[in-house]
Amino acid sequence: MKETPSLSVAIAGSGGAGALTVGNLLLEAASAAGWQGLLTRTVGPQIRGGEAAALLRLAAGPVESMADRFDLLIGIDWLNANRFGPEIELGPDSLVIGDPRGGEKPAVIDKAGARFVEIPMKDMAKAITDGRPNMIALGIAGKLLGMSEELLSDLLQKQLAGKGQLAIESSRAGLKAGFAAAADLVLGLRLAPPKPTSAQRWLASGNETTALGAIRGGVRFAAAYPITPATEILEWLAPNLPRVNGTLLQAEDELAAINMIIGASFGGTPSLTATSGPGLSLMIEALGLATASEIPVVVIDVMRGGPSTGIPTKSEQADLNIAIYGLHGDAPHLVLAPQSVADCLFTTQWATYLAETLQTPAIVLSDQFVGQARAAIDRPADVAFIGRRTRATEFAEGYKRYALAAGGVSPMAIPGTPGGQYTADGLTHTERGIPTSSAADHQAQLDKRQDKLQQFVYGDHWATIEGDGDLAIITWGSLTGAAREAIGRAASDGVDVALIAPRLLSPIQPEAFAAALKGKSRVLIVEQTHGAQFYHYLRAHYDLPASVRVLNRPGPLTIKPGEIHRAIMEWSA
Amino acid sequence: MSIVDRQLACKPTDYKSDVKPVWCPGCGDYHVLMSFTRAFAQLGVPPEQIAVISGIGCSSRIPAYTSCYGFHGVHGRSLALAAGLKVTRPDLTVVVASGDGDGYSIGGNHFLHACRRNVDMTYVVMDNHIYGMTKGQPSPTTEPEFDTAMSPGGTGLRPFHPLVIALASGANFIARCFSGEPNQTADILLEAIKHPGFSFVEILSPCVTFRPDEKEWKNLVHPAPVAATNDPARAARRIMTDDGFNIGVLYRGDRRPYSPEICSETIDPSELEKEFEQ
Repeated sequence: MKETPSLSVAIAGSGGAGALTVGNLLLEAASAAGWQGLLTRTVGPQIRGGEAAALLRLAAGPVESMADRFDLLIGIDWLNANRFGPEIELGPDSLVIGDPRGGEKPAVIDKAGARFVEIPMKDMAKAITDGRPNMIALGIAGKLLGMSEELLSDLLQKQLAGKGQLAIESSRAGLKAGFAAAADLVLGLRLAPPKPTSAQRWLASGNETTALGAIRGGVRFAAAYPITPATEILEWLAPNLPRVNGTLLQAEDELAAINMIIGASFGGTPSLTATSGPGLSLMIEALGLATASEIPVVVIDVMRGGPSTGIPTKSEQADLNIAIYGLHGDAPHLVLAPQSVADCLFTTQWATYLAETLQTPAIVLSDQFVGQARAAIDRPADVAFIGRRTRATEFAEGYKRYALAAGGVSPMAIPGTPGGQYTADGLTHTERGIPTSSAADHQAQLDKRQDKLQQFVYGDHWATIEGDGDLAIITWGSLTGAAREAIGRAASDGVDVALIAPRLLSPIQPEAFAAALKGKSRVLIVEQTHGAQFYHYLRAHYDLPASVRVLNRPGPLTIKPGEIHRAIMEWSA
Repeated sequence: MSIVDRQLACKPTDYKSDVKPVWCPGCGDYHVLMSFTRAFAQLGVPPEQIAVISGIGCSSRIPAYTSCYGFHGVHGRSLALAAGLKVTRPDLTVVVASGDGDGYSIGGNHFLHACRRNVDMTYVVMDNHIYGMTKGQPSPTTEPEFDTAMSPGGTGLRPFHPLVIALASGANFIARCFSGEPNQTADILLEAIKHPGFSFVEILSPCVTFRPDEKEWKNLVHPAPVAATNDPARAARRIMTDDGFNIGVLYRGDRRPYSPEICSETIDPSELEKEFEQ
């Protein structure tokens, strides 16, 4: 049996069949055994009901992207499974297990030449009191992945503790039957043993680590309007904010949400909202207000397919333009992007810190892939960034809230502080905050807001920069993991490729970027957009080498390591 | 204002800033500003403990004319901004200043939900039945036959009835004032501020530039013939059938104001990560 650094398994079934439950249990079991893993789900556009599949990749070390192909596919049933065809790519070495009573076998299985084995999961479940086919599937997958039946059985006990003894017993019987049914099957691959680590193991989604990062950064108020795929951030914050003396308000719409957090932040409370593309569009006007009135706020945009309502349940990176350029007027603000489930924590915490320090809005461009992925990861390191804005506490007569201070950041009076009274204003204003249409005041305040962002020293966190070679891949956000993996494969082929993935997209960092590009004669830009937005952004703001190629396509299918690897090798041949 | 001055506060002038209003001569909003500062002085809360929040329009210029903390935000969103402030800073007195265009048209949805949410703050709408700042377009309260450049011959639309909508949406205190009666308006504002929950004060404030006919309002207003009620059905009947010029407190509700959930025992943020640990 061949040892492999990662194994990918998909569990498909109609909505309610429990495919996602199986995925979660497998991830948890793998994590408990020391492996790392990434679990994404794929559902139809209807969000509830219809078809569902859990896509799981397990690995001996960190895993931040899906594999090119699935090694194992278990179809609890094949209802509407054809729709998943492009998302669950199979090859001749793949093993597919289906139920003879699960409906017509999808054509993609035969087309891929995958090995197909029938196991009557439904009939086996019927033989068990309260038995469910997905528990049989859990047993089959557990056996084929080389997991311990005892470990899975313990997990079931833990998970189903609230559902009574019968539920536990029937699930365990299903698990056992699944293990037995797969006893004679061989996957042909064995997952490499986990790399030993002393780190605490975490199981969390990107949306959850985003929310925790915000709280670690100091956020104590959130207001938002529910939207897929950002809702989990709010659902995590709702019970947890009050535990740290914070509050969450559900707003009547996105316009209210962004204005609520501006109000709360004006009052001195670091604040956040989370949304997706359509919501970000609605928030743009007030983001300009926050920029002009110098009120820090954090807006998490968990990108989905666009434009308009687009594809709510699938990933894309096409909100880049609106995040950077969407505000009317000259409105410098922060735009950051997390690169993995673990990095969602760091980037959001850093964004909160930067927003507070620079008294300006920060947009965090997460996406559906990283936001809704659930991962088994090593506990991210603690970082010291906690948002503390410069406050004004002592006042001369005629306090200048918007004083043209060195560095552009002027001390902010918080309501309740005697002598600091001022009116925050979206109108062009004087240093005291008085509305004005004077050209000199306008220029001075625009300079101030630009200077404070440009003069700040962002340090090494502005980008992930790795490797050598005259060819560099420039990518961003959740594609960073796929690019890193592709670069690893190229290295095995003897080709050195560097990685440059900016975490801070705005303000631009021309000097740091130039340093990162030193010695590169070629760059390959990789992005999940139809219009090559990232390429145009780079072209507009940075000097690039003469030789530039772009690998871009829209969602919803994510760009996989193999595609990037192919592009590297084609260019290096 | 220095600390020494502050100790002598509680005079209306202590709540006025040195910024000169941009309003036209004769605008009703001058009197509304006077009512604000009188109400604040009677309330006796120092200016730094008061926040005046607004959107866009002539009325929304008020924050800068007070010596309180202020926020002049974007069009129609003042109630949302104020809710975020008050929920996180319950120690502050929060007053929202708006106009009929800002509050009822672009801000209409927030009006409904602010009434529903019942956060303890006061919403003051200076209603002149016209868009003054953009020079005379019809607003939601403009009469159907009123002729404007943007609605030649009138809109033909039924005017919005803010008081009934506030009542139906759950506002906890509803009053109507006339800007030409600044003392009475100040008294009602004071009562509105003190009333727990979301209080709504509609102030008829003439726009003498684009609605010179509104100079007549001083002859049309009259005290509400009956005392305020706490019965929403009775209040609705009265408000629906009055002539639009009844002045006074019309409804005093007793709904409990919104207050955020408070955990009896708060924890260190680092504790939150425990749920991720395996």
